[in-house]
Amino acid sequence: MAAATLTKGKRRRKSNFGQDNLVGYLFIGPWLIAFFLFTFIPISVSLLLSFTDYNVLANSGDFIGLDNFQRMFFEDRRYWRSVNATVKYVVFSVPLRLVFALAVAMLLNTYRRGVGVYRAAFYAPSIIGGSIAVAVMWREIFGNDGLVNFTLNLLGIEGPNWLGRPETAIWTLIILAAWQFGSPMLIFLAGLKNIPKHLYESAEIDGANSLQRFLRITLPMLTPIIFFNLIMQLISGFMVFTQAFIVTQGRPLDTTLFYALYVYRRAFEQNEMGYASAMAWVMLMVIAVLTAFVFRSSSYWVHYEADEGT
Amino acid sequence: MAGIEAQAPAGLSAPRVVRPAVPWYQRAVARTVFYHLAVGVTCFFMLYPILWLVGSSFKPPDEIWTNQTAIIPNEFYPQNYPNGWAGFGGISFTTFYRNSLFYATLGTILSVSASSVVAYGFARVRFRGRRIWFAVMLVTLMLPTQVQIIPQYIVFKQLGWLNTFYPLLLPRIGGSAFFIFMIIQFIRSIPVDLDEAAMIDGASKFGIFLRVILPQLTPAIITAAIFSFYWTWDEFLVPLIYLNSPELYLVSLALRTFSDPSGQTDWGAIFAMSALSLLPVFVIFISFQRYLVEGISTTGLKG
Repeated sequence: MAAATLTKGKRRRKSNFGQDNLVGYLFIGPWLIAFFLFTFIPISVSLLLSFTDYNVLANSGDFIGLDNFQRMFFEDRRYWRSVNATVKYVVFSVPLRLVFALAVAMLLNTYRRGVGVYRAAFYAPSIIGGSIAVAVMWREIFGNDGLVNFTLNLLGIEGPNWLGRPETAIWTLIILAAWQFGSPMLIFLAGLKNIPKHLYESAEIDGANSLQRFLRITLPMLTPIIFFNLIMQLISGFMVFTQAFIVTQGRPLDTTLFYALYVYRRAFEQNEMGYASAMAWVMLMVIAVLTAFVFRSSSYWVHYEADEGT
Repeated sequence: MAGIEAQAPAGLSAPRVVRPAVPWYQRAVARTVFYHLAVGVTCFFMLYPILWLVGSSFKPPDEIWTNQTAIIPNEFYPQNYPNGWAGFGGISFTTFYRNSLFYATLGTILSVSASSVVAYGFARVRFRGRRIWFAVMLVTLMLPTQVQIIPQYIVFKQLGWLNTFYPLLLPRIGGSAFFIFMIIQFIRSIPVDLDEAAMIDGASKFGIFLRVILPQLTPAIITAAIFSFYWTWDEFLVPLIYLNSPELYLVSLALRTFSDPSGQTDWGAIFAMSALSLLPVFVIFISFQRYLVEGISTTGLKG
């Protein structure tokens, strides 16, 4: 009797499994279709385009082998200027953002009254960060007779032309990015709340000061979250577009001509879609390699509690 | 008395700390005051640009340049708003807001409803290839738009769909990987017992989705809808590529044209329209703050 129900159950599950395949694909069907139509096929086509000199106005292009890549790496000096600008932006804005995010998250990791209001206030710049309004505002703030220079003037200092000088223009965008540390902050805050209190209590009994507690407990316990935030911020840092498009338009002297902006210019202003595709693919590879590198390196510095053998 | 003492912060009761003979509650008050002062001032600086933008949008034209740092204008001048609302080229912001509202609403409905269906499939149905497709979906989160957008543009142009909303809305039929991931996480926290009970009662997977899971998904769906709405509201690159005629402009595109330094010099009006474009996002943010914070903290969605 027992054996009969068992086999019955088994057969039942087997037939269910077959049916579930169909049901499963019906449910994920919309995503699957969209993935092939709007992601997989376009990316493959983009790879093909990168070996052509396709021009969208003429709707024609010839296979030109690796010419686009040759041009990009060896002949196009603007390309290297845009790489330069992007790397500089990422190298400064990502750590700044993460440091601010962690510092403020630690400040807000208390149960005082009003913390909710502060959290909202610190997050507010991020929620509007991507909007054109903020970029327009930033352009005005750092404009020649904008808010910053007006304030400096009151203090008797003559401010530089922030957006017009190659040394300063990119910094206005880095500051804009650093100002929007809201979402890594919230993620850090959730992470801080998950650190068991008893760790701090026993450290305090052992006489650890607050710096030691931060270095020995907070930081190691947060490494998985730092890791996650780092990856997300790196990727979005490399793809920055809107702010540079509005605030500086890539000027001056291409010092803010970020990679995504340059791809846009080539593809949609100069109609060189083959060349732009080649640039986009290089970007994809760089992001993939970088992400892989951060992932590989994570075993050296990311601390997972499971490692300690529970 | 013992009860009151128990409320003292742990750090103060540590025996080795020798402190001057100030009652603990006074020190606690001083600490609290210092905390609120420090954090409050930092907050003010964070919010200053936004407050300044709103304040400047109510300044008369000459005051914008003479009384620049002030948040509260000397003379209240709401005329900037009707001036700005008039728009450009004979098209007022009524059109732009109508377009944005249409696009953000329809886009949100599309991507959130598709995302919940797909998320259910990943979270609750066993099928061959599930792990692989799930991994593929996570990888798509990291893809730069630039590699997809050029071929998409070529095809949509061939189809004659430039200056329509199809290129913006169609890619949303499969949902968004971010929301699918978020809703999957949420469904996993719903106990399977209910599913099984419904299955014993003879419900199909679709029945379980509609009657058991969907009603419990409300918080996740609200979170996804908020994010989707405000991301769509702020979207810029894709509309910039596809929508070229001003009567189709979204608020973001209109604002860019409107604030073009070579054309427009009425900064009061520019500030007014900029501040106004932030209003829908702020209203959503303030009314649904709890959902947003939860959504970001649990799944790491970018803000």
